[in-house]
Amino acid sequence: MKIKPKPYKNPYFAGALLGVVLFSAYALTHSGLGASGAISRIHVAITKLFWQQHVDMVSTFALMGAGDTNALDHASVFLLIGTFAGGMISALINGRLKLEIFKGPQISNVQRLIFALIGGLIMGYGARFARGCTSGQALSGGAVLSLGSWAFMFSVFIGGYAVAYFVRRLWAEPNLK
Amino acid sequence: MLPIDVIAVLGKFGGYAVFVAIGMGFGAALEIAGFGDSRRLAAQFYLKDMTVLKTMFTGIVVAAVLIFLSSALGFLDFSQISVTQTFLWPGIIGGLIMGVGFIVGGYCPGTSVVSAASLKIDGLFFLAGTILGAGIFGESLPAFTDFWNSSFTERYLLSDWLGWSIGATLFAVVLMAIMMFYGAEKTEEFFRIKKTGGKWSWKISKRSYLAGAAVLVVTAALVWTIGQPDPVRKWSLMEGKYGGQLAARDVFIHPLEYVKTFNEASIKLVTLDLRAEEEFRKFHITGSENVKPEDVLNPEFISPLTQLPAQGVVILIADNEAVSVQAWKYLKVQGVNNVYILDNGLHDWNKLFEGKTISGKSINISSPPSEVLKLFPKDAYAPKIKISTKKRSGGLCS
Repeated sequence: MKIKPKPYKNPYFAGALLGVVLFSAYALTHSGLGASGAISRIHVAITKLFWQQHVDMVSTFALMGAGDTNALDHASVFLLIGTFAGGMISALINGRLKLEIFKGPQISNVQRLIFALIGGLIMGYGARFARGCTSGQALSGGAVLSLGSWAFMFSVFIGGYAVAYFVRRLWAEPNLK
Repeated sequence: MLPIDVIAVLGKFGGYAVFVAIGMGFGAALEIAGFGDSRRLAAQFYLKDMTVLKTMFTGIVVAAVLIFLSSALGFLDFSQISVTQTFLWPGIIGGLIMGVGFIVGGYCPGTSVVSAASLKIDGLFFLAGTILGAGIFGESLPAFTDFWNSSFTERYLLSDWLGWSIGATLFAVVLMAIMMFYGAEKTEEFFRIKKTGGKWSWKISKRSYLAGAAVLVVTAALVWTIGQPDPVRKWSLMEGKYGGQLAARDVFIHPLEYVKTFNEASIKLVTLDLRAEEEFRKFHITGSENVKPEDVLNPEFISPLTQLPAQGVVILIADNEAVSVQAWKYLKVQGVNNVYILDNGLHDWNKLFEGKTISGKSINISSPPSEVLKLFPKDAYAPKIKISTKKRSGGLCS
């Protein structure tokens, strides 16, 4: 039996919900939302399993997991777990929990996965460089009118638009809906 | 008064549970917007589907209006909200790199989590990529640490940069967002028309959109009209929270505790001397700063004090207790941490050291060494200074 996925919600409605969630994050925890910090912690925790010495040596890793410190014992990791769970539950309710690969029609599955990995790598690198990801820097910082976050936000868009033309084959004729 | 610190209130596990709950709201909001689908996200960069822009800016504007409205009405203390630190140029370069990763891979970190959660394999690969990328960054950082730590400002808002009030800035941001939404709607319409050959119209056809925009503009105008509370109004709002410390004299420290703090190498001590200039010239404690009582209402004066390191302590000296108490209140409500008052100002200072000597020499009372403490019994005073470290991590991204 094939379940038909429900259409996505109105973008402004989803945005308003996002705004309310972000406000409650600030009201209850002093800080906004984020994902890349937790991702970095996962990296440190994995590295620690087989190369503790290295974690102690590299300054940014040591901050999270030097010695006996458990890199995953941090609020951001729990926020990430919640994000994962929330995404999964919402996908389940809306009939979108389905094993599949999203890609442009002109590339193969393997190509898509390679580019997803490369893109993720670039993104992970950039997110540490900018000290935050789209949600942490742009969304959270933008809402408290932080100047750096606004400059950051526009540079993400500029970076994307500048390269979009050259990688158009990856996405050409995106078949939405 | 908000914000509360859930981990302090509910303990670690209760607090973490709240973080999970907030995360669930976050994940669900991203999922219903369609952010688990790389094609939808990528379409933003080919102008065919502007969902990313619409959802993101709606989120920002709604949260900003809620934050500054609650602050204007006195429900929320904005000075306690952690604002991501600004490293301008590393942020811009990092942003450009991320833009490239976004269009190549189709996600950003948060959306790839949601995509992986809904079993999309490309989202999972992207997420794995970000974990690797974060690692490579750590390895490569030593090559450009100086640049990475450059152009730093702790808390620098759009309003500071523009020289506008927060209300005016918020109003402008809301207007800008609405104009962008209009542009986004018309851009999408353009591509739709190109495909189907429909008719172009400059009007916004949906009434609910106009109503939503009107609500935002009116609320932002309201926030602007009320204004953000100045320290005087803030004290009246927050007296319940801090007044007790004054009444119990928990913030008045004994001169000997001052001597101890003065000599503690690990503490960054800032002594603000509120006495008249001529008194200050006659005698003052080495390293203390002569300030006028009204300086504590000046944001430019306050800003470096709110950015002291975690081990920062501010101690006030005045001839008159009313003056030091007033300054204490205004510093406190503006988010300055660890503020104390030297009990009875410098009135007891000379008396305390009178006739005391250290190995036969008289004491330099403008810079008393820690040996002075040995001349007094251990219980000569009740220590009051407790260093509280405000959570200052740049949000959850670091």
